[in-house]
Amino acid sequence: METVIRTKDLTKRFGDFVAVDKITFEVQKGEIFGFLGANGAGKTTAMRMLCGLSRPTSGEAMVAGIDVYHKPEDIKKNIGYMSQKFSLYEDLTVLENIKFYAGIYGLTDKQIKDKSDELVEKLGLQSQAKVLVKLLPLGWRQKLAFSVAIVHEPKVVFLDEPTGGVDPSTRKQFWDMIYDASERGITIFVTTHYLDEAEYCDRICIMVDGKIKALDTPFQLKQNFKADNITEVFYQLARTAKRGDD
Amino acid sequence: MRTLKFLLQKEFRQIFRNKNILRMMFMVPVIQLIILPQAANYTIKNINIAVVDLDRSSYSSKLVNKVLSSGYFKLAEFSHTYKEAYHLIENDKADIVIEIPQGFEHNLEREGNQKISLSVDAINGVKASVGSAYLTRIIQDFNGQIRLDWVQPSMMNQMPTIDVASSNWYNPNLSYYLFMVPGILVLLVTMIGGNMTAQNIVIEKESGTIEQINVTPVKKYQFILGKLIPFWLLGVIIFTLGLTIARVVYGIIPLGSIALLYLFVSVYLIAIMGFGLLISTYSETPMQANSLIFFFLQIFNMMGGLYTPIDSMPAWARVITDVIPISYFIKVMRMIVIKGSHFHDIIPHILIVLLMGVILNTWAIINYRKTT
Repeated sequence: METVIRTKDLTKRFGDFVAVDKITFEVQKGEIFGFLGANGAGKTTAMRMLCGLSRPTSGEAMVAGIDVYHKPEDIKKNIGYMSQKFSLYEDLTVLENIKFYAGIYGLTDKQIKDKSDELVEKLGLQSQAKVLVKLLPLGWRQKLAFSVAIVHEPKVVFLDEPTGGVDPSTRKQFWDMIYDASERGITIFVTTHYLDEAEYCDRICIMVDGKIKALDTPFQLKQNFKADNITEVFYQLARTAKRGDD
Repeated sequence: MRTLKFLLQKEFRQIFRNKNILRMMFMVPVIQLIILPQAANYTIKNINIAVVDLDRSSYSSKLVNKVLSSGYFKLAEFSHTYKEAYHLIENDKADIVIEIPQGFEHNLEREGNQKISLSVDAINGVKASVGSAYLTRIIQDFNGQIRLDWVQPSMMNQMPTIDVASSNWYNPNLSYYLFMVPGILVLLVTMIGGNMTAQNIVIEKESGTIEQINVTPVKKYQFILGKLIPFWLLGVIIFTLGLTIARVVYGIIPLGSIALLYLFVSVYLIAIMGFGLLISTYSETPMQANSLIFFFLQIFNMMGGLYTPIDSMPAWARVITDVIPISYFIKVMRMIVIKGSHFHDIIPHILIVLLMGVILNTWAIINYRKTT
């Protein structure tokens, strides 16, 4: 197995506040790696460091074989990112957004054309291809944003609470897209606080107060904590949190 | 360069889809250039004058007629006493009182001199000083006339008088528009160029799309060029629109080379957009950017030499005008449009503005961070 993400004692401090406290883990190629934690547990900060958006205070991290600390710019060709904030251009159409991101990731004209046809068809957006993104319902926008985040077939895609505010059936479709990408060999790194979604992951990592408190497959975690589901596991761990829910 | 092509394509699409930007681009120059120069006019007319003529002689009425027929003054009232006239000033009905004392004609003929009193309401300083200057000039003129009346018969007795004849170069009719319109156009290009650039980037910050760009391989300089080029073009278009309005509405045709004007505006836009860019790197929300821009525009407006001559500012203020790009543009604009200056006359100005452009843009690029 090829290791796509590897961190060792990765830490981020904001003044006295330690947002991420010496986290160490590895993620394998094609894996769906779930990152769980209460608000303020440090999930987003950890993810931003791995994307090269935030400089680590100390520790090591490699993404797609590249050092995050020293070469954050080199990582960017190899990753996709979808933030909590909606990140497509609302005043551009569906097709224009796909073509724009495909273009800045350096796809050729032919690839751009093939890719946009393929995506529009897969998303069932044929009739909406020329509609401004701001006019699409949220669920569709999120699916589109995910497709755009992997338009360049990156090695890893980072998803920061991608299904926030999305209805259950669209969430299900969203996860189908995630499985599909994972089968193509794209490693998925996803944060969420929908605990039922955690069950869909190959492995999950639960963060509490900036530290990793548990890291295993959903099955193994349930066994270890003698719990029926991940929600229970999560509550057992979250109870130990000292940081307030912000 | 392929990346830049995609960035530009995206930017132009967004601009032409945004009705507000288009409105701002066309309405603002048209309205401002047509309305502002008419209102911000230094030619002062309709100064209300109260006349207290205690002499009621032929000379005194000659003088009063001369004043009232000059076109600058409007008679508020003929008052019988100074006190009465002073009331008019108090009640805002008169701006100036001219009091011709009793024995005006008598003293003038017998003794060869006579004093006249002018009282001026100086709340509006400009009106007061311009008004009393006009009046003094008219009285001097009157003085010269009567002197001539007396002297002419005896050609022998020549009184030496110095007559100052001034000719106004470059703007012979002292046309206020010729002075103001090019300046206001500069202000407009500055406002729109700086503001649109700053707003645009901050809006991307707020909506989160800039973060998405930051995780792509797009380089800082590519992103910034992708922003600067479209707004640079818009700036040139607005400038063209402004020149057209100046020509059609005010009949102002630049005396110097139009190509030279465009050369300067090209360089100037780079500097002012670098400034907008810098503001955007220091603000997180459009509101913050707005406040900063508003603050600086006030300074540009008052200290750029548009309304008040830079030479009459105190030394410390002149230092400020030296470091704000707009003062160079206003100077060069007037040089080329009114005076017909040539390339070699404006070389120092171009070089300074170019230097400012380099400094502002470098600063902005350094300060724009993809990583926090």
